[in-house]
Order: sequence, then structure tokens, then C-alpha cells
Amino acid sequence: MSPTAVPAIHPPASRLPPVHPAWVRMSHALNALAVLVMVASGWRIYNASPLFGFTFPEAVTLGGWLAGALQWHFAAMWLLAGNGAAYLALNLATGRLFRRFLPLSPRGVLRDLAAALRGRLAHDDPRRYNQVQRLAYLFVMVDVALLVVSGLVLWKSVQFGMLRELMGGYEMARRVHFAAMAALVGFVVVHLAMVALVPRTLRAMVLGR
Amino acid sequence: MEKRSRLSASDADLALREARRLLTPRIERPERRAFLTRTLSLGGLALLSGCEITGQAGVEQALSAVSRFNDKVQGWLFDPDALAPTYPASMITRPFPFNAYYGVEDAPEVNEADYRLEIAGRVADRRPWRLADLRALPQAEQITRHICVEGWSAIGRWGGVRFSDFLARIGADTGARYVGFKCADDYYTSIDMATALHPQTLLTLSYDGRTLPREYGFPMKLRMPTKLGYKNPKHVQAIFVTNAYPGGYWEDQGYNWFGGS
Repeated sequence: MSPTAVPAIHPPASRLPPVHPAWVRMSHALNALAVLVMVASGWRIYNASPLFGFTFPEAVTLGGWLAGALQWHFAAMWLLAGNGAAYLALNLATGRLFRRFLPLSPRGVLRDLAAALRGRLAHDDPRRYNQVQRLAYLFVMVDVALLVVSGLVLWKSVQFGMLRELMGGYEMARRVHFAAMAALVGFVVVHLAMVALVPRTLRAMVLGR
Repeated sequence: MEKRSRLSASDADLALREARRLLTPRIERPERRAFLTRTLSLGGLALLSGCEITGQAGVEQALSAVSRFNDKVQGWLFDPDALAPTYPASMITRPFPFNAYYGVEDAPEVNEADYRLEIAGRVADRRPWRLADLRALPQAEQITRHICVEGWSAIGRWGGVRFSDFLARIGADTGARYVGFKCADDYYTSIDMATALHPQTLLTLSYDGRTLPREYGFPMKLRMPTKLGYKNPKHVQAIFVTNAYPGGYWEDQGYNWFGGS
């Protein structure tokens, strides 16, 4: 590599490391795909025996019929769980989990939430998450972990007996799985709304800066 | 074979069954087509439309491959000593739901006097069994949760012969891979040997203390609380032990073969 070529490719302003390292962007993309498939196929599975008094419109579900939806769900689960485990392991190993998401305090969350609602929350440094973002991202990590654990109970309630008891039995695990899905979808809605408000965050998550 | 010749005695019944046999694939096919169409319309996969046929077949093949991989994983996860939870009689679901690929009025009527459970495959003693002889064997009972692939579950009380005892009695080759079942309603399925030998796998002759009623699988069903509902065959007429993968009615249409719980 010729040293003279460097300034042209990397202007001095972007000598800083990327906002999100490549492994974060990669795992974010895989996670988005896994969540899309899991939720859309999960809605079709739900429709086969609705827990509550409604079903999801077939047009927004994946799989076409129950067997197809189950095939998608039990294929994408490997991607969701495998990618999620790799993400958490790298987050811990690199110390990024502590740098980016901590410290976190209830007072800080309330302060930043109030500032955000008044339109006064600054986004000048995309490398630093405010307290509301920290809470939201930590929450969604825990929520996906809960989806995986409750999903394991639904998939193999006899083999994972201890997890089943932890969830309060098979039927309770169905409700936990549904509630955790609803929370995840709620997160995605807010997350996408925020991205629409601050589009350069999308650029940073795709290109790194 | 024997079932065929017996059925031909009643032309109306035979015609009905043939019609169902012919129609079932046609009924299923539009759904499968819808499955593929939707498969490709989501997630930007519509880009594959230039090579639609191969694209769709490829997706379906990949999903089937993962499903077979999941069969293996479930085989590894299966703990022969892990017991499904049992419940007090007060928790039995009443009425216990009827579920099949036909309405309850179409459940087969099997005549007890004519009934013989046929045994085939890798078994030393292939003599057929009368119901009375099965009832004379040592009986066990369980109150367990039946979990349907659709998600719902119900608690029921089943009684009968431990399947592992029965397999030992007929001299089945328990080193074989599969046990297959053929049923009076043209249903068929198969299970892994490890599940066949599980202590809660029951050759079921009674429900809630009375003779197994027609809607729950008279004269006999195989009850496995370690497997989903569709893996529990009703109206069983023949049992065979084999190393050749026998598939199943729903499994051949895309439902997971192991179907464990």
C-alpha cells in the first residue's frame, strides 16, 4: 500500500475509528434479518391458535401455512441465537458493553427523556449514547434473551424442564414469548422512528461513519 | 393390505376414502404455492423472480435441510430419562379437544371383534394382537399435557401398556432406528427408537378410566408426552420396526419429523 494514496481514501476528518466497528454493523444487519423472519413467521404460527381475541393479517406473515411458518421460525432461530450470542460475547470481550451502555441511572434516563421530549437532546456525538438509548438497547438485549429462553421452553418443554419451571410452565411460556415479542416490536417501531428523525445514524450503522 | 380388502367390502366407504386421498394433495397444493409466493415477496427475496422456479425450490430445499438438521438436534437433546410433568386429576382439560385432519363425525369406526393389531418389520414375534390380549398386559396410567403443533395444549388422562414393555414382549429389534404406525383413518407416522423406549410412551387403550373412545383414537393410540400431538397416532392398526425412514402424513408435507417436546 502506497502512503501517498492514504489521504485520498481516508480524509483526515475520518481518521477516527468508525462509529460502529464492522462486527457490530454485521451483527446488526443479521439481527435485523433474523428478527424480521422470526416475527413474521411467529405471527403466522400465532394465527394457528390465537392466544388472544385477534389474529395477524396474513399479508404481513411469513410461511403461507403453519408448516411453512414453522420451517422459517426454526431456521431463523439459529441465526437469531447464534448471532446474538456472538454479539454479546464480542461486546463483553471488547469492553464495548461497559463503554457504550454504562453507566446508567434512573435519574439520567428521566433527565434525557425530558430533554428529548422538549426536542433539546443533542446528537452531536454519535459515539456516545444518551441514557434513554442506553436503557433501550440494554432492554432489547434482555428482551431477545427472554424470547430465546421462552422459545426454548415452547420448542422443548420436556427437555428444558428447569427453564419451563422458571417460565411458570408451558402455557405461561406462551404468554411470556408473546409479551416479549410485543415489546421487541414496540422497540423496533420507536427505533425506526428515531432513525427517521436522525438519518445519519442509519448511515453510521451501515457504513460505519 | 388386509385393510384394503376389508374396505372394498363397502364400496361407498372406499369411494369416499379414494376421493379424500385424491383431493388432499390438491387442497394442500394451493397453500404450498401461497407459502412459496409469500416466501419470495418478503424480505427483498422478490429479486429472485428472474429465476423464480429454481429460487423457490432452492428456498424450500434449504428450509427442509434445516428441518432435517433440527431432527438431529432434537435427537441429541432428547434425554431418555427426562420425564414430562404429570398433573393431578383436577387439572384435566374437560372436554378434552378433538383434533384431526377431518371432522369428529368422520373419525373411523373400528369393530372390536374384527380388530387385530398387526406387527411387522424387525420383530421376532409378528403374531397379530386382539384388544383383549392387549388389555391383559400390565397397565400403566398417566395424566400429562398434550401439546399441539398449533401452540395450544390440554391435559388428559391416558392408560395402557408401556410401549417399551410391549416392544420387549414382541421381540422388537430396539437397535433399529424407527417405529412406524399405520392407522385406520389412513394416517401414518413414525418415531425414533429412543422415544419409543421412553418410560412415558404408552400404547394407549383407555382415556380417563374408560375404553378409549372413537374420537380419541379407538381402539388404540400411541401416547407420547415427549412429542407434539401430530406424532401421537390414533386408531393404530399396524406397528412396524424398520431402519428405512417411513415419514408421516404431516411430516411428508413439511412438518418437522422429530416433533419432540
